[in-house]
Amino acid sequence: MDDTLRLSLLKQMVYARRFEERCYEAYVERKIGGFLHLYPGQEACAVGVMTAARPGHDYVITGYRDHVHAIACGSEPKEVMAELFGKATGSSKGFGGSMHIFDTDKRFMGGYAIVGGPFPLAAGMAMALKHQGRDDTIAICFLGDAANNQGTFHETMNMAAVWDLPVLFVCENNLYGIGTSIERSTAVLDQYKRVQAYDIPSAVCDGQDIETVIAASQVAVDHVRNERKPYFLELKTYRFRGHSMSDGGKYRTKEEQAEWKKRDPIRILRDRLTASDALTDQSYKTMDREVMREIEEVVVPFAENSPEPDVADVAKYVLATGDPWVRGGSV
Amino acid sequence: MANMNIIGAVNSALDLALGADEDVFVFGEDVGKFGGVFRATDGLQDKYGEGRVFDTPLSEAGIIGTAIGMAIYGLKPVPEIQFSDFIFPAFDQIVNEMAKFRYRSGGQYTCPITIRTPYGGGIRGGHYHSQSPEAYFAHTAGLKVVIPSDPYTTKGLLLASIDDPDPVIFLEPKRVYRASKGEVPEGHYTLPLGKCTIDREGTDVTIVAYGALLHEARKAADLLAENDVSAEIVDVRTLVPLDEETILESVRKTGRVVICHEAARTCGFGGELAAVISEKALLHLEAPILRVTGYDTPFPYTLEQQYLPDAFKIFEACETTVDF
Repeated sequence: MDDTLRLSLLKQMVYARRFEERCYEAYVERKIGGFLHLYPGQEACAVGVMTAARPGHDYVITGYRDHVHAIACGSEPKEVMAELFGKATGSSKGFGGSMHIFDTDKRFMGGYAIVGGPFPLAAGMAMALKHQGRDDTIAICFLGDAANNQGTFHETMNMAAVWDLPVLFVCENNLYGIGTSIERSTAVLDQYKRVQAYDIPSAVCDGQDIETVIAASQVAVDHVRNERKPYFLELKTYRFRGHSMSDGGKYRTKEEQAEWKKRDPIRILRDRLTASDALTDQSYKTMDREVMREIEEVVVPFAENSPEPDVADVAKYVLATGDPWVRGGSV
Repeated sequence: MANMNIIGAVNSALDLALGADEDVFVFGEDVGKFGGVFRATDGLQDKYGEGRVFDTPLSEAGIIGTAIGMAIYGLKPVPEIQFSDFIFPAFDQIVNEMAKFRYRSGGQYTCPITIRTPYGGGIRGGHYHSQSPEAYFAHTAGLKVVIPSDPYTTKGLLLASIDDPDPVIFLEPKRVYRASKGEVPEGHYTLPLGKCTIDREGTDVTIVAYGALLHEARKAADLLAENDVSAEIVDVRTLVPLDEETILESVRKTGRVVICHEAARTCGFGGELAAVISEKALLHLEAPILRVTGYDTPFPYTLEQQYLPDAFKIFEACETTVDF
């Protein structure tokens, strides 16, 4: 991999990190409400896989930790932030929020907060691609390890295999479902092994080194795109923050967290670039400042200054526009 | 007596139930080591061990199916579904299996499960962390549906539900999990299932409410009092079995009724209440029965406050019916 691409990947990951850190601040400032699940630690997964895939062309679906996946598909960060702020300019016009980003223009087919819910939807998109003979396009489903214990996982793997569906399942195995470790919830710790029961080819790799992720993803994406069959890729990763903002984090030891912090995907790539003299501390800081400036000067002001959805529109998007059946609220 | 919030009341009830009966089991996602995402089961695994208070995979159908197996064997499982919005993968197990054991076995078997699950909006949770699914379960014969509103009713109704020989869907109003505080007996006590209560006496209009909306009904009643309207509040507490008589008695007295719930209007539980009232107290009514409910929309993110019924909407509905 050449250093120009490496620098671009580094900047994308720094952007993802800073974006999420700014979300944290906005949540503390009460500008983002409800539930907020942040991505630091896992940046190499979404950025790496989408580097190997075709962002905006392939159909992508994921769970509730979804901001960076949307951005990696090409969504405008300011529209993602506006959605988090619940504004009418957000990607779902303020009707979704953090866990429910949606951007059909970029073929980002949504974040979903029902764990395991997206598995069959990804299969359905792949079925549509197959039926229409769109052989240059695939469906990609990003979910976490804990989702694999839902019945939808097994139902979908069977259907994807028996129907030869062009869908790539990416399992971001961060070892925890909220506060429950994978050892406590899951009989088979290596997730890539679980699809062997359905004869779906699979692989596992280090999810912290983005170059490793891209190499493994390229094999996976090529398989699905060329063979028109499913593939399952497990990425071993770790989230640096809690599950959501209300997570005290007592279920993970300090030692474990410190050990994983050493495997920060940004740090790994930064060190590699520094070793090859493609990056200095100064040029890294310049890159970081550029990212922060864009977030502060473009992304956040757009979200802050946008209007909220019109109260009169509360029932606008239930069925076809203006359907008179929608009732409720006050008498 | 001890001052506690609803979380404390749940914890205290589970603690007492686990302590009193070794057939009681508590389990669910993050319920054991983590102590529950709302901390409702905090400390219980340490006290009763991993055998009786345990974590499950993210497998709602599996959680409830396992509970059913334990229950028909003779145990008393108290599974938690982390948010009531997550209960739908288990809907098949609940509707097709759990609800039917007594009936299908001609009374030989029962399925004494209490499913605890936080429900309702007001925390900006959006589509999948805000819904009120009570009507689906009230519609299913063979289930009891219980909704407390404060720490005292939570503890008494939860202990009664665990003692009850039939399956209970126990919906906890998470918006007021911590905001609602009060004096609660430290020991074991139960409140009867199938009994509504008059939360406040009045003469001009009956407000029927449950869960978090009971608190909004009280605020509405205060506002109405300032306008010389005397509102009586009925706390439903148990949707199934429904204590029709307490509601009808109140309606016969006031002649006017406003029914409140957060769930969407169409086929909401308010429709059932309105039918019962019109069937059995029509000639006592001085005005049409009104409903203050959520909209017939998915649960919105930003427009949550527009969606949710509140004291002002209840107040306006009461004024409308009084002015009819």
